[in-house]
Amino acid sequence: MTPRKRRALAIVGGLGLLGLATALVLNALQSNLVFFFSPTQVVAREAPASGSFRVGGLVEQGSLRRDADGLTLRFAVTDTAHAVPVTYQGLLPDLFREGKGVVVAGKMGTDGVFRATEVLAKHDENYMPPEAADAIKKAEQRAQGAAGYAPALKAEAR
Amino acid sequence: MIPEIGLFCLILALLVAVAQGTLPLIGAATGWQAGLRVARPAAIGQFGLTTLAFACLAWSFVHNDFSVLYVAANSHADLPAGYRFAAVWGGHEGSLLLWLYLLTAWTLAVALCSKRLPLPFVGRVLAVMGWISVGFLLFMLFLSNPFERLIPPAMAGRDLNPLLQDPGMIVHPPMLYMGYVGFSVAFAFAIAALLSGELDAMWARWVRPWTLAAWTFLTIGILLGSAWAYYVLGWGGWWFWDPVENASFMPWLAGTALIHSLIVTERRGAFRSWTVLLAICTFSLSILGTFLVRSGVLTSVHAFAVDPGRGLYILAFMTLIVGGSLALYAWRAPTVGLGGGFSLLSRESLLLSNNVVLTVAAGSVLLGTLYPVVLDVMEWGKISIGPPYFEAVFVPLMTPAIFLMGVGPVARWKQAEVPELGKRLCVAFVVSVLTAVLVPLAMPGPSRFGSPMIVLGLWLAAWSVASAAAHARQRLMDGDGEVLRRLTRQPRSWYGMLLAHVGVGIFIAGVTLANGYEDKRELRVDVGATQEAGGYQFTFAGIGPASGPNYTAQRAVFHVVRDGKPVVTLYPEKRHYTVQDMALSQADIDSGFTRDLFVALGEPVADNAWTVRIQVKPFMTWIWTGCILMALGGLLAAGDGRYRRAQQAQTKAEAQRAAQAGLPETARAAREGY
Repeated sequence: MTPRKRRALAIVGGLGLLGLATALVLNALQSNLVFFFSPTQVVAREAPASGSFRVGGLVEQGSLRRDADGLTLRFAVTDTAHAVPVTYQGLLPDLFREGKGVVVAGKMGTDGVFRATEVLAKHDENYMPPEAADAIKKAEQRAQGAAGYAPALKAEAR
Repeated sequence: MIPEIGLFCLILALLVAVAQGTLPLIGAATGWQAGLRVARPAAIGQFGLTTLAFACLAWSFVHNDFSVLYVAANSHADLPAGYRFAAVWGGHEGSLLLWLYLLTAWTLAVALCSKRLPLPFVGRVLAVMGWISVGFLLFMLFLSNPFERLIPPAMAGRDLNPLLQDPGMIVHPPMLYMGYVGFSVAFAFAIAALLSGELDAMWARWVRPWTLAAWTFLTIGILLGSAWAYYVLGWGGWWFWDPVENASFMPWLAGTALIHSLIVTERRGAFRSWTVLLAICTFSLSILGTFLVRSGVLTSVHAFAVDPGRGLYILAFMTLIVGGSLALYAWRAPTVGLGGGFSLLSRESLLLSNNVVLTVAAGSVLLGTLYPVVLDVMEWGKISIGPPYFEAVFVPLMTPAIFLMGVGPVARWKQAEVPELGKRLCVAFVVSVLTAVLVPLAMPGPSRFGSPMIVLGLWLAAWSVASAAAHARQRLMDGDGEVLRRLTRQPRSWYGMLLAHVGVGIFIAGVTLANGYEDKRELRVDVGATQEAGGYQFTFAGIGPASGPNYTAQRAVFHVVRDGKPVVTLYPEKRHYTVQDMALSQADIDSGFTRDLFVALGEPVADNAWTVRIQVKPFMTWIWTGCILMALGGLLAAGDGRYRRAQQAQTKAEAQRAAQAGLPETARAAREGY
């Protein structure tokens, strides 16, 4: 085979494989994208009624309840404007605390309680999941009609 | 005073780097010998200056100089000395300094080990590395100065993130960076080849050991990071497809493609422009990885907005490196030329398919990592792409790649025949299929026949090992001569290849069995109670206070028993790091040849009752073993004698042979006295 033919073959083969891979990737993307919603959006029913999504905000102060089995937990995720009730079964991450940032992933139940399959609160004490910080910022902006972080909230986030 | 000396060293290093980046290039273009001769002393000088700067920062950490902002932000007087030293690379500024330090170390190694290369070529290579160094130095001096003073000094530091206070974290970043930075050598060689238009089999022979060494370091670095996640994060997982992990995995995939493509360029003179392109991509992905992790863009794209200078600089630097080298490639690649021909089925074509698959895999990881970031920057919505995406893409991509990995070494160069391949591999194929079907029958648990994924995984694992064995047998038995003599005659790179391919098999076996047969439980356990998981009984014997140098803890005692016989006692801890007021669950893990026993504490739920995570993971250590074998294979191949042997002036016979094989450049190079 001449170099020219070989190159043509390589290009055709490469393009074919690339097309296959693109189809694969797009298919995988379509079924595995998880969208993020703020508690305000969830309360306003903007989130999908069925299907997985993520909610982020602060764990509302005084909302954490633990069932007798020690593993079933109920708490509320708030962006300071609205709160979404959440249940979760399992071990919480080390940095999960009331008043701290959190992101939960799961589905909305028909009773309006979010069934979390995953709770994320990681890295370090000052770290706020970006989605959570964003949700709170947006809620604050709506409440105050002003741009920027409210100082009190910034203190709370830390 | 010491920090100022460090800063001064960095400024001097910048001046030296500029000289190293310019004078040899002018020298190479105009034949000005004095300019070319600057390259080596400049590389040595830069290494010396950066070593001094690095030592100054380390001194500030070890001596608790909290008047240095970076030290105050990442250390504490109570931190054990080893971690104080490791804290040098615990944050953004220090990791950049480590990056730079390792870059100058690689540059020094190139300067010292390139005596036999033509001077203009060495000059160009060192100049390119000099420019990379300039880029990092400017960034550090103007936007990320690790020696910045804090006035007034802090009374005590803010401490190193407790998650990073682990022995694995002392060695993980240097290893990972050795890999990242090591690819800069391949990159510099590629750019030098484009500049000079000299790219031939000799070029590949020079680049290969450097690339293999970098790849080995990167493999070990990823392994350490993954092991750290397993031992420290307390979730029992070892790979999360987290953007931080993907950032190191992309250059690894591209680097794996590169070391295979270099084989073809070295042996057959083919794939030249492809190899150059891969070298550029691999290093670009390394830089992208460094910045993705260290710029904070992953934790929040808004980190860019907080410090727009850094973000803009990084974008500009990346654009310059990627755009500049690709433009140079587009302009000069046609001069590099094509190699010898080969047929549709040959070792070349098999290696080419392996390259395409690995590149596509790297691309799909890149897409999955950057897509959420791009959407967020554009304010088109917030999404996350988790493990299901990567698993859905990776299994179908890697299955043919692993199959071809077994066929490739057996196939002949230029032209291979299907019947011959079938004859050589049929035994390996049958053995691997039998293994995949029979192993699940021997495993405990309900799914005796194994799910399709388990069977597929086991088949690929067994295929990797069996095909390597078939290849070894053929190479050692066929033809005349004693086996023992053939055994000693094989090049080290051949043994390296076998070892790495077997390592892939062991790794896949570990992943398949650990994921397929693990028993994970999250439970409430009362003191004195016994829980069962994976055939083991875990008894919660008690819990009491414990303390470390900078934390207090609750330490639990778990007796593990199997069939009435005590196996091991595990001591998981719930630690509280006082300085950062941070809780951390320290799992205790008993690693064995066939299983890992894992216990981590959750939270106290009542008097004498805790939530506990108990996991039994079969063949978990095989995952690490597989990675270590791959790294050892890379090390063996990098140390192959033919790279070290005198490369002076290829013999006339070899030049003639090359000329007949259709490699005019090699012949010309040889005539010119390479």
